[in-house]
Amino acid sequence: MQTTLENQTANNHAAREDYVAPNVNIFETQEGYVLEAEMPGVGKEGLDVTLEGTEITITGRRSPETVTGQPLFRERNTADYRRVFELDPAIDTAKVSAKVTQGILTVTLPKSERVKPRKIAVN
Amino acid sequence: MNILRWQTPGLTAWPSFDGLSTLRNEIDRLFQAPLGELAPTSHLLRGSGPALDIFEDKDSFVVKAELPGMKKEDINVSLHDGSLSISGERKNETKSEGTEVYRAERFFGRFQRTVNLPSQVAADKISAEYKNGVLTVTLAKAEEAKPKQIDVQVN
Repeated sequence: MQTTLENQTANNHAAREDYVAPNVNIFETQEGYVLEAEMPGVGKEGLDVTLEGTEITITGRRSPETVTGQPLFRERNTADYRRVFELDPAIDTAKVSAKVTQGILTVTLPKSERVKPRKIAVN
Repeated sequence: MNILRWQTPGLTAWPSFDGLSTLRNEIDRLFQAPLGELAPTSHLLRGSGPALDIFEDKDSFVVKAELPGMKKEDINVSLHDGSLSISGERKNETKSEGTEVYRAERFFGRFQRTVNLPSQVAADKISAEYKNGVLTVTLAKAEEAKPKQIDVQVN
């Protein structure tokens, strides 16, 4: 899987402040790929995982802030998350699944049956 | 108010390779942002401790920390001498044996951050909630620290 971040932010100056790229872990097993993205502040309802052609886009919108007081100190980014990855053609896009637990989005990308290693019985 | 950021010994705040690829963006941002905003929000200058927001209203302080992917029993919140400490260990729950790793940008390991609160808080009125990977600690101000209206009697 090509994991290069499509550098949309550098090309599109207008959109630069709007998104932040989440930190991700990506690894490959025999069955497929697993992508874990850190999106603290994003719940199930704010998530969008889109497959288009050979690309997967993950977008996370933060739940609205519920605090009413005056900010004394802020260092958390308030921008929404977005990142684009290119998919290995071996991935079976029909079987991609995603879940979110405590701000970690886990996307499971299984390989299609035809590329999985298999043993051929010798007669 | 002092805010101390703890860093893992031997682990520098140097970004991952992906961080380098956004170096240009970061430099652009450094030139654009007003000076006051730089240090706390800059990705390149951030250590491994969780990012914090602190809010104040007349009765309480609210501290929000980004701690994605933890179990609530692995988070410790303590108050000592008016400073609030948030510590814990971020554990990698995913088995990575027999896998090929393409990106490893997430931080795992111990962390701690300490915040000296600007006024006294009531030690028995602290509550913490962990939701969507964000820890929210609410600390009620001590009675003596709350602003008081005193009526002036004129005879």
